[in-house]
Amino acid sequence: MTKIIQPKKQKNIFSRPSSEEGIWSWITTVDHKRIGIMYGYAAFFFLLVGGLEALLLRIQLSQPDNNFLSAAEYNAMFTMHGTTMIFLAIMPISAAFFNYLLPLQIGARDVAFPRLNALSFWIFIAGGLFLYSTFLFGTAGAPEGGYLDEEVSRLASAPNGGWFGYQPNAGLKYSPGTAMDYWAIGLQILGIASLVSAFNFITTILNMRTKGMRLMRMPVFTWMTFAVSFLLAFSLPIIAIALFFVTFDRQFGTTFFLTEGGGDPVLWQHLFWLFGHPEVYILILPAFGIVSEVLPTFSRKPLFGYPAIVFAGFGIAFIGFGVWAHHMFASAISPVAQAGFGLSTMIIAVPTGVKIFNWLGTIWGGKLTLNTPMLFALGFIGMFVIGGLSGVTHSVVPADTQQTDTYYIVAHFHYVLFGGALFGIFSGLYYWFPKVWGRMYNEALGKIHFWLMIIGFNLTFGPMHWLGLQGQVRRTWVYAEETNLGFWNLIVTIGAFILAVAILVFMANWMYSRRKGEKAPFDPWDARTLEWITPSPTPVWNFSKAPEVKSLDDFWYQKYGEDEDGRAVRKDTADDLLIQLEEEGFNPDEEIHLPSPSYFPLILAFGLPFLGYAVIYKSIPLALIGVILLLIGGFGWGTEPLEEEFESAEEDLVNTEEDSVNEEESPTNE
Amino acid sequence: MSDAHAYPHEPTGVETRKLGMWIFLSTEILFFGTLITTFLIFKGRDFPGMKLTDVYDIPFTSVSSFVLLMSSLTMVLAHNALEMNDQEKTRVWLLATAMLGAVFLAGQIYEFTEFYHKGFELSTNIFSSTFYVLTGFHGLHVFIGVVLLLALWGIGQRQKGLSLNDGMNLEFIALYWHFVDIVWIVLFTVVYLI
Repeated sequence: MTKIIQPKKQKNIFSRPSSEEGIWSWITTVDHKRIGIMYGYAAFFFLLVGGLEALLLRIQLSQPDNNFLSAAEYNAMFTMHGTTMIFLAIMPISAAFFNYLLPLQIGARDVAFPRLNALSFWIFIAGGLFLYSTFLFGTAGAPEGGYLDEEVSRLASAPNGGWFGYQPNAGLKYSPGTAMDYWAIGLQILGIASLVSAFNFITTILNMRTKGMRLMRMPVFTWMTFAVSFLLAFSLPIIAIALFFVTFDRQFGTTFFLTEGGGDPVLWQHLFWLFGHPEVYILILPAFGIVSEVLPTFSRKPLFGYPAIVFAGFGIAFIGFGVWAHHMFASAISPVAQAGFGLSTMIIAVPTGVKIFNWLGTIWGGKLTLNTPMLFALGFIGMFVIGGLSGVTHSVVPADTQQTDTYYIVAHFHYVLFGGALFGIFSGLYYWFPKVWGRMYNEALGKIHFWLMIIGFNLTFGPMHWLGLQGQVRRTWVYAEETNLGFWNLIVTIGAFILAVAILVFMANWMYSRRKGEKAPFDPWDARTLEWITPSPTPVWNFSKAPEVKSLDDFWYQKYGEDEDGRAVRKDTADDLLIQLEEEGFNPDEEIHLPSPSYFPLILAFGLPFLGYAVIYKSIPLALIGVILLLIGGFGWGTEPLEEEFESAEEDLVNTEEDSVNEEESPTNE
Repeated sequence: MSDAHAYPHEPTGVETRKLGMWIFLSTEILFFGTLITTFLIFKGRDFPGMKLTDVYDIPFTSVSSFVLLMSSLTMVLAHNALEMNDQEKTRVWLLATAMLGAVFLAGQIYEFTEFYHKGFELSTNIFSSTFYVLTGFHGLHVFIGVVLLLALWGIGQRQKGLSLNDGMNLEFIALYWHFVDIVWIVLFTVVYLI
C-alpha cells in the first residue's frame, strides 16, 4: 500500500534510530503530528498537577481560619499553580495544536525544521521536570524574623514568590533557599523551548505553504499561530534577560533589582510585564484561532469578516506590547504613565470587540449544530466577554488601585484564561479528535463535560468578583471569621470540585473513545480547511501530493456551490470527491522521503537542566555533564544529514543537481 | 527532478534556513535591546562607588573593536571565495575570521581581569554588574561564533571542500557573525563612548 523507501544504512559515529513503532519511535520522532500528540499529553499531565494544586488551595480557603495548609505550603502552592498553568499547561497545549495542525492547514508535509521542533518539545519536558524537581531537591526558607518557625515540609519546598516573582521579595534575602532559583532557571529553560518553536512556526508559515496558499487564504487558526509566534519571539527575550538578572542577583551577588547596590525593583516589574502582558495574548490567541475554525463549521457559514478577524488578531498582538504597566498601577509609576497605560488598555478592547462581533456575525442566521465543540466555542464567547469586560474596568486607574491584589483580579484572569483559553482548547480537542484518532468521541459524555464545566466554572470564579470587591486579598492563606467571607468561599470550593469532576468525565471520554469510539467518517464535520482532506488519522506523509488552493475555504467550495439566493448547495460530485480523497490519501503514487528520526534533540535538551543544577549548586562536574551533553547533541546534530541518503540512482540525481545549482549561482556573483 | 523538489516550498523566495536565521536575529535584537536599556537606565543614576569611567582604557578597547570589525571583512572574503569556488582561500579566510574573533575574546578577558584587579568587580554596584553582564553576553555570542566558524573550517578540511548548500551553511554563520559585529558597534558606542 505505502511506498516509503527505507533509508540505506550509513556509517556514522552514532547509529541512527530506526524503529518505527514502540517507545523509541516516539522518543526519536521528528514527525510534527507525533510531537503534537506528545505535547498534548505532557501538557495535560501538568494541567492535572496544576489543578490538584488549585484544589489544595481551595480546601484551605473553604472555611475561615483553616489550617489544612501551612502559610509556607500555601505560598508554594499558589506559586506553582500559576507557573504550571501558564508555562506548563496552556502554552504547551497550544503548542500541541500548532504542531499538529499548522503544517496540515497550510498543506505542508512537516514544519520547516523538524529536528528543531523535536528539540522544542524535549526542552519543554526538560524544563518542566527541572522546575518540578524542586519538590525533591529544593529548599525554601524564611527570612529572619519571618512567618516561619515550624519546619518546612516537602510540599513547601517549592518556589514561593509568586509566578510573577516580584523583587525584592523573590530575592535571596526574603526568599532564601534554592526554590526560587529553580523557578528562575526553570522558566529560562521553558522560554528557550518556546523561542525555538516560534522561529520554527514563523518560518514554516512563510516558507512551507502549498501552491496557491496565499497569506490571505490561510485559515484563521494559522494566522493566530503566526501572531502568537511573533509575540513569543519578541517577548521571551525580555523575560530571559530579566530572569538572567534574577539568577545573577541570587547566585553571584549582583544588585540589578536590589536597592542595596543601586538596583531597581520596579525595573523587574517593567521587564516582567513587558513580557507578561504579551504572554496573556500568547495564551488567548490560539483559542481565538480555534473558535474561528469551529464556529463557521458548525454554523455552516463562512467566517464573518475574515480580514477583520486577521487584522484584529495582529492589532491585539501589536497593542499588547503597549499596555504592560496596567499591571503596575499600584507601583511607583507616574500619573502620566498611569493615564497613558489606562488609555492603551481601553484601546486594546477595540480589536477584541471586533473579533467578538465577527463571531456573533458568523453564527447569526447560521444553521447551528450544537455538539460539544460548538458548545465549548459558544461557552468561550460568553465567558470571555465577561472576563474581557472586567478587564476593561482595570483600565480605570482609581478603580484598579482599589482592586489590585484582590480576588476581583483572580476572577478576571480566570474568566479570560480558563473561561477563554481553556474553553477554546477543549472546543479544539473535541473538534479535532476524529482527525487525530480516526474515531468519534462520545457526544453524550462530551455534553455532560460541557455542562459540568460551565456550571463549575461559574460557581468557582463568579463569586470571586464580589469576594474581591468585599476586600478579600489574594495570596493570603487565611481570612478571619468576622469578615463574613466564609459562605462564598465555600461555594467557590464546591465549584472547584465540580470542575475536577468535569475533567474526570473528559478523561474517561477521551480514553474510551480513543480505542472504542465509532470509526470517524472522512470529513466528519463537513469542514472547510485543508487538514480534513487527509484521511484520519493522518498518514505520516500528510498529503499524498501537494494540494492546490484556489480560494479561502477551498475545500468547502469544492463540495458546495451556490443557488440564486446565495445559499450553499452541495454539489453532486462532493461524495465522489471525498471517496477519491480518502483513496489518494492512503495511497501516494510517488515515493515520499520523510525526515529521519534523531536522538540528538533529546540529548541536547537534557544538557540544559544539568547546566541549571550546576548554577544552583556551583558544581563543576554537573556543568561538565551539561556541556558534554550539549556538545554531543550539537556535534551529532551538525554532522547528521536531515534525510538519510537513499538508494544509488536517487543519490546521483541529487548530486548532479547540487552541482548545477552551484554553477548557476557562481556567475551571477562575478 | 527528484521528489523533494516536486513539493512546493519557499514562496517567499528566501532559503528556509536563512529565513529562520533572520527571525532568530530579530529576537536577538530584543535580547540585546533589553540589556542595553537596563545599562542606560542605570548609567544615568547617581549612586556612590566606582564607575566604568574610572577604570576603562579606550585606546585598548578601540584596538580590539577594530580587530572584531576586520573579522567581518575576512568573513565576507571567505564567502566571496566560496562563491568563486576557491576552497583553499575559503578555508584560509574562515580560519582568519575565527582567529580575529579569538583575539577579540582574549582582549575582553584581559580587560575584565584588569578591571577586576582595579576593584571593579561583578558585584561592586549596578554599574559594574550591568557592564559585565552586557559585554559578557556579547562575548558569549562571539565565543559561539568562533566555535561555529572553527567547526565549519574543520568540516571543510575533512571533506576537502564546502558548498553553499551544506548543512552548516557558511552564509548562515556569516549572517550571525555580522550581526554580532554590528551589536558590538552599538555596545562600544553606548558603553564606552557616550
